[in-house]
Amino acid sequence: MTASHSSAISVRALDKSFGEGDARIHVLKQTAFEARQGEMMFLVGPSGCGKTTLLSIVAGTLQGDGGDIEVLGHPLSRLSRAAVTAFRAQHIGFIFQQFNLISTLTVADNVSVPLLIQGVPAREALRRAEETLERVGIREKAGQLPGRLSGGQQQRVAIARALVHRPPLIICDEPTASLDRENGLKVMTLLRDVARDAHRCVVVVTHDPRTYPFADRMSEMEDGRVFRVLQSPEEIRRQHTETL
Amino acid sequence: MLRLALKMLFGDRGKYIMLVSGITFSTLLMTQFPSVFCGIMTWTYANMFNSRAEIWVMDPKAEQSLDNKPLRDTDVNRVRSVDGVAWAAPYFQGTLQARMPDGNFKLITLVGLDATTLAGAPSHLLQGSLEDLRLPNTVFTDEFGLERFSEGQVHADGKPRRIGVGDTIEINDREARIVGVAKARRSFTGGPFVFTTYERAVLYAPQQRKMLTFILAAPQPGVSAEEAVRRITAETGLLAMTEEQFRWSTIWWYVRNTGIPFAVGSIVIIGALVGMIIAAQTFYAFVLENLRNFAALKAMGASNARVTGMLIVQALATGFIGYGLGVGVASLVLRFFVRLGKIGVYTPWQLPVAVFGVVLLISSLSALMGIVRVARTEPAVVFR
Repeated sequence: MTASHSSAISVRALDKSFGEGDARIHVLKQTAFEARQGEMMFLVGPSGCGKTTLLSIVAGTLQGDGGDIEVLGHPLSRLSRAAVTAFRAQHIGFIFQQFNLISTLTVADNVSVPLLIQGVPAREALRRAEETLERVGIREKAGQLPGRLSGGQQQRVAIARALVHRPPLIICDEPTASLDRENGLKVMTLLRDVARDAHRCVVVVTHDPRTYPFADRMSEMEDGRVFRVLQSPEEIRRQHTETL
Repeated sequence: MLRLALKMLFGDRGKYIMLVSGITFSTLLMTQFPSVFCGIMTWTYANMFNSRAEIWVMDPKAEQSLDNKPLRDTDVNRVRSVDGVAWAAPYFQGTLQARMPDGNFKLITLVGLDATTLAGAPSHLLQGSLEDLRLPNTVFTDEFGLERFSEGQVHADGKPRRIGVGDTIEINDREARIVGVAKARRSFTGGPFVFTTYERAVLYAPQQRKMLTFILAAPQPGVSAEEAVRRITAETGLLAMTEEQFRWSTIWWYVRNTGIPFAVGSIVIIGALVGMIIAAQTFYAFVLENLRNFAALKAMGASNARVTGMLIVQALATGFIGYGLGVGVASLVLRFFVRLGKIGVYTPWQLPVAVFGVVLLISSLSALMGIVRVARTEPAVVFR
């Protein structure tokens, strides 16, 4: 592992439940989670274990019921909603399972969205979007609509969108779930390079064991808690020999 | 971001065309029918347009410009004697039948003017001279009169014959030679205007004990029309109104006593409602289809205010374009109606402004529905 040990995400005693009364479901129970800058931290576990909820809270798109959440030195649980929204715009890049590209905008326009949200002028945003598309190897697609691209290309566009404003934290939700094996591996290679080159923290929620070799560390969840953290690629390989 | 909002909107062509069509249709109905209504209303006071006078004096029971409650001829002198009145002239108005050269009858609105002053004569002449009205058995008509009188007229060889200056018609078995053509507004009763002197008009018209329809008058310099009206009413017991008062009195009479405003109002309300429903529903469907995109934007750090701004821009852009197209189409249709000359058309400046206000309301409501939905959407839904 080439990462330093400075903390990017620190979650302690996090609780989250949904619903009221008898229908109340405790999704996260006193959960702890940590990720460091320069590493790819995988968050794995069975469906319904609370991965996506934890990811949403870390990303500031959902509020926890209790506990401490510190992301890139910011106490997220104590910030106002507006401050959290501004924090997301500045510091977090998102890669979604369904890509979430806007079908009526060109690839370049889609990639420029985080910059426009920050108030960067449109021309400058488009220039930087094309630069980023160059980095992920699909600059020639800049003027096309996302619907004309393959799944792998669309995910590259989504990665470019996540990188364009150079955020220190990238949140990935099942980034390979909609891709075939070959494209999945390409996307993961790209994400690993992104993490290492710019000393970013990349948090990946995944079900896909094919991607495990790309993890620097891995947090395993079950029943609303992180029950084990595998601290190195070797340990991950050892623990998941059967699935790899 | 606002540029992207417009790109999102224009990119979804099907929805966009539906949205714009709804607003266009609504604008078309809301502009066209009131314009026709206003046009018809202008016909109701056509005599005031054709015969300009600052003051109109009439029987106290008269309410509108076609209300024929005759006065005594001596009432003209009573009005003249009122302090503050510069002049007063008799004015006859009646609906009669005119016999054409081929023997057919056509409805006309006969106007009789004071022979000495020709007060109330149309100001815009197309052919002839007003002085010719002082010649025996002479009349002026309007463009519509020539067109209407020419219908069915043929020469001996069977070719269509155009009635014009120099031709003679008969009114109540008396000869009426056309010596001029005036530009006149159409009458509500549908008959063309025929102008002649008061004395001749009362000869043309079937005899009654009293023949004087109105008295036209003007205030002396330094006396306002309103003051002169007040004095005439007080001293003569007749009803006097300024031209403006008489016009509105006529319009309100038609509004109160005919089903025209109700019929037109119903169409306008239906047009507005249909447009509102189509636009609001389509815009809401557009928002729902893009809900995940809006949620993704929120997740990426777009504030609710910014997304609200995007939705407002999208709704307003649709509204403005739909309004522009609607007014454009209405203008074309109304121009066609005007060319046909069968329907009165008048679009006061207040109408497009009011329609714009309604379109703005429709757009705002559409945007509001979308804004509420998007504001309630948690950005976390993009992870589900």
